[in-house]
Amino acid sequence: MWSYLVRRLVQAFFILFIITMLCFILTRLSSDPMSQYATRQGMSAADREAIRKNLGLDQPMPVQYVKWLGLALQGNMGTSFFSKQPVLLMIRQRLPMTLILMVTAEVFIISISLVLGLVAAIRQYSFIDNMITSFSFIGYSMPIFFIALGSIWIFAVEFKLRGLPYLPTGADIWSPKDPYQMLRHLVLPVFCLVAIQTAGYSRYLRSSILEVLGLDYVRTARAKGLSTRTVLFKHALRNAILPFVTIIGLDIPFLLGGALVTESVFSWPGMGRLFWEYAQRGDYPVVLGVLLLTSTAVVFFTIIVDMAYTIVDPRIRLS
Amino acid sequence: MTVNPTFSEPTSISAIDFVREESREALTPGQLVWRRFRKHRMAMLGAIGAILLVVFVIGGSIIVPETSANSVDLYARLAGPTSTHWFGTDSVGRDVFFRIIYGGQISLFIGLLAVLLEVSLGTLVGGVAGYFGGWVDALLMRITEAMLAIPSLFLLIVLAKFIGRNVGQVTILGRTFSGSIGIVILVIGVTSWMYLARIVRANVLSLKELDFISASRALGASNSRIFFSHLVPNTLGAIIVAATLGLASAILTEAYVSFLGLGVQSPTSTWGNMMQQAQSFLIRGAWWMWVFPSLFIVLIILSINLMGDGLRDAFDPRSSRNL
Repeated sequence: MWSYLVRRLVQAFFILFIITMLCFILTRLSSDPMSQYATRQGMSAADREAIRKNLGLDQPMPVQYVKWLGLALQGNMGTSFFSKQPVLLMIRQRLPMTLILMVTAEVFIISISLVLGLVAAIRQYSFIDNMITSFSFIGYSMPIFFIALGSIWIFAVEFKLRGLPYLPTGADIWSPKDPYQMLRHLVLPVFCLVAIQTAGYSRYLRSSILEVLGLDYVRTARAKGLSTRTVLFKHALRNAILPFVTIIGLDIPFLLGGALVTESVFSWPGMGRLFWEYAQRGDYPVVLGVLLLTSTAVVFFTIIVDMAYTIVDPRIRLS
Repeated sequence: MTVNPTFSEPTSISAIDFVREESREALTPGQLVWRRFRKHRMAMLGAIGAILLVVFVIGGSIIVPETSANSVDLYARLAGPTSTHWFGTDSVGRDVFFRIIYGGQISLFIGLLAVLLEVSLGTLVGGVAGYFGGWVDALLMRITEAMLAIPSLFLLIVLAKFIGRNVGQVTILGRTFSGSIGIVILVIGVTSWMYLARIVRANVLSLKELDFISASRALGASNSRIFFSHLVPNTLGAIIVAATLGLASAILTEAYVSFLGLGVQSPTSTWGNMMQQAQSFLIRGAWWMWVFPSLFIVLIILSINLMGDGLRDAFDPRSSRNL
């Protein structure tokens, strides 16, 4: 087990190295930070050159990469060109907002899909199963902006027109100190995330429960006269839930990156929107900071999930 | 509670006879797959839906000329559905129904070509990694894992900006398209091959130990012959399933990218960029601008996903129809 862990960590080191290189090259080639000065009046070529030099953009790319990596390893992600703030500070301001949104959504997603998946599997091919399966299939095939625009239209635009209590759609105007306002602003984005994500999870849980229910040991448990409830909750569910827990575990680090589309549609000041705003400006220290933070979390979470799996499921041996 | 309904199905004599009758003729693997696919009701529904949508976007463009999809009528802007404009008009008075026809062509075209790129890249990377093993495998798999660790939409945005600068227009077959179509195809293909590469690699790893590969190597077959004439055809089932589900996600990705404004640019319409234009007019209550394109996106993705699920079951005799 320890040698496995060491090997995985060495691999993770290589993966992270490749990630930094990929991200750096792509981000630096993708947009010229100087382009935001392109339309500015009264700026001479000498000024541009001075700014370029000041930002370190005049040096060759490999030198820039090594310098950036060296600073990043020391925990310094650089300073935003646009807001002049340290990238880490900006991330620290946005991260709680993204976590509030994503954790709230995730709690609903997990509990709702648990219930739906379980009900659908127990009542396989019944009316309620067909309903759940159809809805999850449709939700699975739906772009999130459809639900987002739809819910804004119904709950914000139409409700307001009809004089009903309507929900706000932009999160910029409130202060995080007012919990009631925060809750009101949370409703719509959380609703959209839950509607889309629940579909995939419940489908997955349903099929893994059905797979376990078809196994011999479940038949043995039933044959020896255990009640349906005991068979289901004590024997079947414990095994069926393992893959479900795994995919949730693997998805959790991606929550750090926020929900880019949802956050932009609802102006939620989270990580996804931070990335989106600064990617459009070519502000590469910020873009790289967000990319690196999320992908590092993904790499290490994968290892943690794999290790945890062997503890929960003794049948799995690591090699 | 029936745990596994296949065990409790009554087997009448006619059913047994039917099986015997059919088992006399030898069926090719392709025929077996087709037969299982045909019996999958939801998959057939998906296939019919997809065919209808393809007929709609191609047939529609034969009946409706492209100029009417792009013709601006400022007197009829933001008008709801009427008998002349079935799905209403957009912010500059273009007919939403006609734009859905032409936008659908572009969306499907982008999806197909992106999947083609995805399949080629994935098969190549996964195949080479699995076949050669050793450090080649280690390096390619680390790159694959690195790309999987970066959230895909983030990667897509960075890449789309990377190649998305200064593209002109292309004229093919007398129609003018925005050059951004090619970029969107490239970006989606380059960011989506990783899962396929893993599937192909796993298949190749187990296949290459089999005797028929050793036999063909003993006969002097070259690496590329073994790869393209033996390994790839034996992985084809998995590739077809992954490609079908990949087509759905490629069309969906195009919609996301265009919705964010990084995708195909005006005047060429796609279902995704129609949604983006609609977003600004949401407050004005122009629901027809986004409801109809979204419905078409949902319909095509749903049909293709249903087909993909059916194909997966058809290619894998052990799998039940649980999904």
